Amino acid sequence: MSKINSIADLKKKRDELQGGLGSRVNDTSNAVHVKVAMATCGIASGAKNVMEFFSEQLERRNIAAVVTQTGCMGYCYAEPTIEVKLPGQDPVVFGFVDLKRADQIIEKYVKTGELVDGIIPVNYQTIDLNV
Amino acid sequence: MSKYSTHLLVCGGTSCHSSESDAIVCNLRDELEAKGLMDSVQVILTGCFGFCEKGPIVKVMPDNTVYVQVKPEDAQAIVEEHIIKGRKVTRLLLKDPVSKEPVSDPNKMDFFKKQLRIVLRNCGFINPENIDEYIAREGYKALGKVLTEMTSEQVIKEVKDSGQRGRGGAGFSTGLKWELARKNQSDEKYVVCNADEGDPGAFMDRSVLEGDPHSVLEAMVICGYSIGASNGLIYIRAEYPLAIERLKIAIKQAREYGLLGKNILGTGFNFDITLRYGAGAFVCGEETALIHSMEGLRGEPTVKPPFPAESGYRNHPTNVNNVETFAAIPAIILKGAKWFSSIGTGKSKGTKVFALAGKINNVGLIEVPMGTTLREVIFEIGGGIRNGKKFKGIQTGGPSGGCLSEKHLDIPIDFDNLIAAGSIMGSGAMIILDEDDCMVSMAKFFLQFTVEESCGKCAPCRIGNKRLHELLGQICEGKGSIEDLDRLRNMSVVIKDTALCGLGQTSPNPVLSMMDNYYDEYVAHVKDKKCPAGQCKSLMEYVVNPENCVGCTACARVCPVNAISGERKEVHHIDPSICIKCGACMEKCKFDAIFIR
Repeated sequence: MSKINSIADLKKKRDELQGGLGSRVNDTSNAVHVKVAMATCGIASGAKNVMEFFSEQLERRNIAAVVTQTGCMGYCYAEPTIEVKLPGQDPVVFGFVDLKRADQIIEKYVKTGELVDGIIPVNYQTIDLNV
Repeated sequence: MSKYSTHLLVCGGTSCHSSESDAIVCNLRDELEAKGLMDSVQVILTGCFGFCEKGPIVKVMPDNTVYVQVKPEDAQAIVEEHIIKGRKVTRLLLKDPVSKEPVSDPNKMDFFKKQLRIVLRNCGFINPENIDEYIAREGYKALGKVLTEMTSEQVIKEVKDSGQRGRGGAGFSTGLKWELARKNQSDEKYVVCNADEGDPGAFMDRSVLEGDPHSVLEAMVICGYSIGASNGLIYIRAEYPLAIERLKIAIKQAREYGLLGKNILGTGFNFDITLRYGAGAFVCGEETALIHSMEGLRGEPTVKPPFPAESGYRNHPTNVNNVETFAAIPAIILKGAKWFSSIGTGKSKGTKVFALAGKINNVGLIEVPMGTTLREVIFEIGGGIRNGKKFKGIQTGGPSGGCLSEKHLDIPIDFDNLIAAGSIMGSGAMIILDEDDCMVSMAKFFLQFTVEESCGKCAPCRIGNKRLHELLGQICEGKGSIEDLDRLRNMSVVIKDTALCGLGQTSPNPVLSMMDNYYDEYVAHVKDKKCPAGQCKSLMEYVVNPENCVGCTACARVCPVNAISGERKEVHHIDPSICIKCGACMEKCKFDAIFIR
């Protein structure tokens, strides 16, 4: 990592990064993005296994995907929770994701766009700091 | 890509579930089948929409229409009108409370604006172990703005004008606290982040640190610039290993980018942050005790003044703020004091994060604007009480707070309203109690916690709380008298008036508020020797109802102490002198022949 030496540097960095939050791989526009809620509570309910499952299986099933961890999504009653974003679509949050449901999510939602049980509707607004 | 062109999302949250969401799904599928649409329309059960008051909810995607209070027989209308003819079923739309016009777009429904995430803006969105994701979400932009465009006075004025009050519990003005620390001259000053989250049922700070550690680091540097400090310390409990790990990674990455350390962003300002671990003592969340603990001394509070702003860590001016307080600072700087103070109520601005726990359906972490009512939090966002039970009370503010009852459900939550109602905001833990919870046992439970956590320095807290706990124990065992209730109250008041620090001064709060709101239940314990909630074992008696008993002997066989006697096909009898009240017989009985008296 190189140092950010000025406010102009920081802005340049930000502009580069905003090209895509999933910019860890070169081209994510056609990739499926899976985020796994990995706070203590999620991990305690098995989120680590779920994350490993997605990383392994998406690759094995030849689906271009980025799997990352994130913090608490707030739905403790439905852990483990994950968010899946298909290219060009709004993200969908799934709760109660055990390995069986994880498999269903890949086979049905990721491959065919068919929804599976356990969707958690988004019921909040988040502020945007870009003013 | 999808073979389905339309999705019907039916709320399967517990509360809607009890109002027939399964039947709705069934009917919708039948209708679609009959019309030959099963291949293009998919029906799916979802988690709680958090709008239970108007449930069950059916949402049609992709046209984003929300139907409310849907009944199983409405399935036909939805399929025939909406799906086939493409017309909205107006009678199932929500009526706008003001204009009375039907609304279909959830973005226009007030309800979906009930939660507003300022502190939790990045939680569950970014990867907390990657600083780049934080920067892409405007991270460290507030720091840049502060260091290059604002004087320290301006920063403090902005924070003061925002009206933000400390989220750790006491609710002191954040800006004023910074100003006091700034005014005290010293060659060395400290910024401390209080991450010693100790209330039972509280996990707001842990979630922020695990989900968005950089927001706290950025705010601490901003605070350092404002008060003239170049050292930051985060006091975090060792029981939070993942939060510690993520903070370490965040600090390392921020240093590598030069956002911590010497000459930050080329402005010549220096600031660095280190971690200090707490051993999990509740009292160390009190700022003077916290500072002593960081200095390697016993975690005991000292009398204020001197305030930490005058003489804190190693006798230098020190500013202590809570995790949640810090996490909101970058948003206040970027969006301005005016924006922040436009959210909330008269003297409580912004939003508050709450951890919902106990007998509630949607246990979880929420963030709502100040002024949201308890009813909205419990029955809408929280999805109501578990297993269809009746709401009884809500303990806010942890063991230092109070228990509010049904009559308080409509008060808007803010610092002052909660105090007026006999509780406190506290750090944001909310424990929801239902009809099965005994209010004497609950008071005893919280007292047990403070007794164990008392540091023992002052007599009112060390001895007084112990005596209170003993009295409550006697009442639970049916050995209390009506005079004991006066004794409880008097002792509580004395402890509150005379204890040294916040822990002792607030420890009798659960007792007082529960006695105020559920006095009849206390009287029932001492006068009738009965526990109305059926929790106090000493006051219960398991009895066989001879009319229902068929003499199947199932209860006698399951009883671990052989307290049940009776021949086959004859009425059984429980010997109260042997019975240990484990309840196994009642669970086993298929004829509802055993009840509690």
